Amino acid sequence: MLGRVANTIYWMNRYLERAENYARFMDVNYNLSLELPPNEVEQWQPLVLITGDWELYESLYPKVEKSKVIYFLTFDKENPNSIFNCISNARENARAVRAEITKEVWEQINALYYLVKGAAAKKNQTDKELRRFFTDIKNGCQLVYGMYYATISRNDGWHFAKLGQLIERADKTSRVLDAKYHLLLKSPKLVGSSLDLIQWAALLKSVSAYDMYRKKNGKLTSSGIAEFLILDTEFPRSILACLLSAERCLITLSGSSVGFSNIAQKKLGVLKSQLEYADINDIIAEGMHEYLDDIQGKLNDISSAIYNSFFSIEPYIQQQSQSQL
Amino acid sequence: MPKLDFSAYDTKGFYDEMFDENNNVRPNYKLFAERLQSLSQKKLNTLQHATDRAQLSLGMTFNVYSDNQGVERILHLDIIPRIIGSDEWTQLEKGLQQRIKALNLFIQDIYNDQKVIKDKIIPKEMILSSASYLKELEGFKPPKDIWCHITGSDLIKGGDGQYYVLEDNLRCPSGVSYMLENREILKRTFPELFEQLDVKPVYNYTHTLRDTLESLVDIDKPTVVVMTPGMYNSAYFEHSYLAQQMGAELVEGRDLVVKNDIVYMITTNGLKRVDVIYRRVDDDFIDPEVFNKKSLLGTPGLFRAYLKGNVVLVNAPGTGVVDDKAVYAYIPRIIKYYLGEDMILPNVKTYICDEESDRKYVIENIDKLVVKQTDASGGYGMLIGPKSTKKEQEEFIAKIKAKPRNYIAQPMINLSRVPTIADNTIEGRHVDLRPYALYGDEGIKIIPGALTRVALEKGSIVVNSSQGGGSKDTWVLNS
Repeated sequence: MLGRVANTIYWMNRYLERAENYARFMDVNYNLSLELPPNEVEQWQPLVLITGDWELYESLYPKVEKSKVIYFLTFDKENPNSIFNCISNARENARAVRAEITKEVWEQINALYYLVKGAAAKKNQTDKELRRFFTDIKNGCQLVYGMYYATISRNDGWHFAKLGQLIERADKTSRVLDAKYHLLLKSPKLVGSSLDLIQWAALLKSVSAYDMYRKKNGKLTSSGIAEFLILDTEFPRSILACLLSAERCLITLSGSSVGFSNIAQKKLGVLKSQLEYADINDIIAEGMHEYLDDIQGKLNDISSAIYNSFFSIEPYIQQQSQSQL
Repeated sequence: MPKLDFSAYDTKGFYDEMFDENNNVRPNYKLFAERLQSLSQKKLNTLQHATDRAQLSLGMTFNVYSDNQGVERILHLDIIPRIIGSDEWTQLEKGLQQRIKALNLFIQDIYNDQKVIKDKIIPKEMILSSASYLKELEGFKPPKDIWCHITGSDLIKGGDGQYYVLEDNLRCPSGVSYMLENREILKRTFPELFEQLDVKPVYNYTHTLRDTLESLVDIDKPTVVVMTPGMYNSAYFEHSYLAQQMGAELVEGRDLVVKNDIVYMITTNGLKRVDVIYRRVDDDFIDPEVFNKKSLLGTPGLFRAYLKGNVVLVNAPGTGVVDDKAVYAYIPRIIKYYLGEDMILPNVKTYICDEESDRKYVIENIDKLVVKQTDASGGYGMLIGPKSTKKEQEEFIAKIKAKPRNYIAQPMINLSRVPTIADNTIEGRHVDLRPYALYGDEGIKIIPGALTRVALEKGSIVVNSSQGGGSKDTWVLNS
């Protein structure tokens, strides 16, 4: 398929996944804030930190306020990663590859766009309306994935779309875990306290991992949860599970399962192996934040490598100018 | 519930497609009228509303501004169709086939032998001064000698009930996706009528288009692509729609690369040769090496590859010479010259401002005429005499005197009307008709349907979508 089209599909799904994750974060944080002593900064700042857009937030707003954070992450057109912009971008990308996707997928993405556009135009929304909105976004994105799954052939386009979704998902899972480790809990004395437990449960819920974690481990422990979200091979939102699926996409796209045939495959393979042989106790001992930060950096590298291996037109232009010499 | 009442419907002074001069329903509308009159205005409004929503959800929108936050609009679809009887259609079909056949011979001739000029049918200057005439094509013959593969001529019906060709669109005629999607929506709006009325289907347009494109090369399974200027083009919905329906790749100029005069597209698995390009990019922008140097929409070397015969461009570059409104005036003579036949579908009487006696007439009668700039489209650059001010008329007279070659004038035609939903009532609105013709190896095929454009504003005769016009589905009956 066309390199440009592959890139557009890849990003279409990254944007959708991002929007869905933001809606999850917001919804869970809302829920959590209802049971915690009201301290706006402590409850809402981590949300902006998770997304990596703290600098932008600071430049736009004087202080952390619930309503400002919600607006910033949900509707703010100044924030390139707000749900509004993610869905708009996903829809623009879908429009650009309209010929590659089915009517069902297109219409659902289009419907999501009108949903978020309608909500963005509404002033002074109540908490109830907003929570309803986040649920609609989550469900709407799930509907797109479902339509995608049910109507799109498993061709190159499918694998590029999947890759985008999986890389984004791995990144967001690492960020939500990072936030908990370094921001939510300020004092080590609180480890194991009821506040600690509420936060861990919320974290699991924000990536829809609570039920599955309970089923596997029963007891809520910090190391158990970290292990589940980073290293579990069966839970679809854990970082390792995302990498394993992404690797299968790359194998199909590259046509080789032994070794690697491009830099993207190599980089992804290295990161996957690193996680496959990791021990959660070592990770915690070495520093969870540093470990997750390293993973995020490597995911960015993998994304660039995918661009260079498949989407960039540079190799062909170079080839052309060489042949003219 | 109160039923629809047509007693106040006004047909005075115009040809109405549904009612004759005595307010009786014309035969082709008989069944539809019965169905319509079984509905209440409220029900009709509900159906109309559902249609608007369906258009949004299908994404049948065009951008008014060229940025992604710009205003997105739908081409309003009025649910009352235009219905054409089979005899009327057969006549139209013959007329269009005759016209397109002659125009194709004309284009081939002016780029090659120029017999039409030598025989003094049309002045040489008229051709050479046309903005769309491409000197680079002199001596060139396209594959199978076909230049205008896809045509969407604009027709109107006058007060006399006679069809006239208003203009030919041989460059990149648009709107066919609306014809196809409008039909899908109307089938949901009036399902029972399609069964009873025996409406000719239009769904095979995209299959025929693909066959037409493939018929231009003698290659088994050629690679066919649709080339678009990109998603900010106002017709982007159509480009992606056609590519998708044909199963063709939708490419932009930057997706293509020319090596050794062969066109390739850049895929994730390397370069792939392209055989046929249905390009929706204007001549001026297809190749910065030859045409507009600053444009990034095209592909360097594309025109070279085309001249070498290594790729087919559809429509062929240079066909726009026929779209020139001054050349249009000569078409009756062109048909006679090449085919030895009288024109079946007449032109609207056209005054050529470049000819002295015509110019004199136009200036003296400007308040009765429609004056058009020869190289403009989309309803721009025109003066509607009877609706203009003295000042506007004087401005146009000055323009005509300064550059007579750039202007033509036509008598004001009272476009026919079709009942249209307007603010809780039904009123006649002016319409035109754009049927689509495909010219491939097997001759010229006219798709039995068309885009009917409708001027939504009361009394307006400007139907262009860029000027606030809407559309209607066009039903061609089998019997």
